[in-house]
Amino acid sequence: MSKAMTKSQLIEVIAERARLPRTRAEDVVNCIFETMSAALERGEGIEIRGFGSFTIRDYEGYTGRNPKKNEPVAVKPKKLPFFKVGKDLKDLVASRAHLPLDTGDDRS
Amino acid sequence: MTKAEIIESVYSLVGGFSKKEASDLVEAIFETMKETLASGRAIKLSGFGNFVVRDKASRPGLNPKTLARIRLDERRIVRFRPSLVLKLRVNGGRAPRAGAEKKMLSRVAAANDERE
Repeated sequence: MSKAMTKSQLIEVIAERARLPRTRAEDVVNCIFETMSAALERGEGIEIRGFGSFTIRDYEGYTGRNPKKNEPVAVKPKKLPFFKVGKDLKDLVASRAHLPLDTGDDRS
Repeated sequence: MTKAEIIESVYSLVGGFSKKEASDLVEAIFETMKETLASGRAIKLSGFGNFVVRDKASRPGLNPKTLARIRLDERRIVRFRPSLVLKLRVNGGRAPRAGAEKKMLSRVAAANDERE
């Protein structure tokens, strides 16, 4: 079964599709995700029609618990990027639900 | 931020492409990602995050408006797990940056400074 596609594999696919040297395709891919990261860093949302949108969600602080010691710990307020899948992608993925799934390792 | 601004960023920061070429490249990247996810394959973008595909079992649910009991069918969904680097960045933290991305990062940062 195929493993998850990595950034370098995405770069290779783009280099082939656009007939570009790999280093050029790498610059393009890095530029896109760096531009998007910088927008999120400014607190700005991103909308890519057909693919999805990214927003920054604010989470309030709360008192959590250290599961090992069972002691209360203060969790500070934080922001997290949130992705809402676009209609096109959502429908496309749902329509292929019969295909085998590459669950892979989803932790970064 | 819209796709048009991402295209503009590729056009002005990577350079050497026409506006049309920059646009085609950005489209090709999101198209490739869509096709990959549709085929049931996850995408891992180091420094940004992972897009994963999950199968959800059918379960009982409620119609939020009418509160009527309904059955939610089994379905396949896409989820995004932001990377630690991105989570640190949106919280104002400094994140470690890899060599290959450094060059592009400083160019984007310089463009942002000009904007401000």
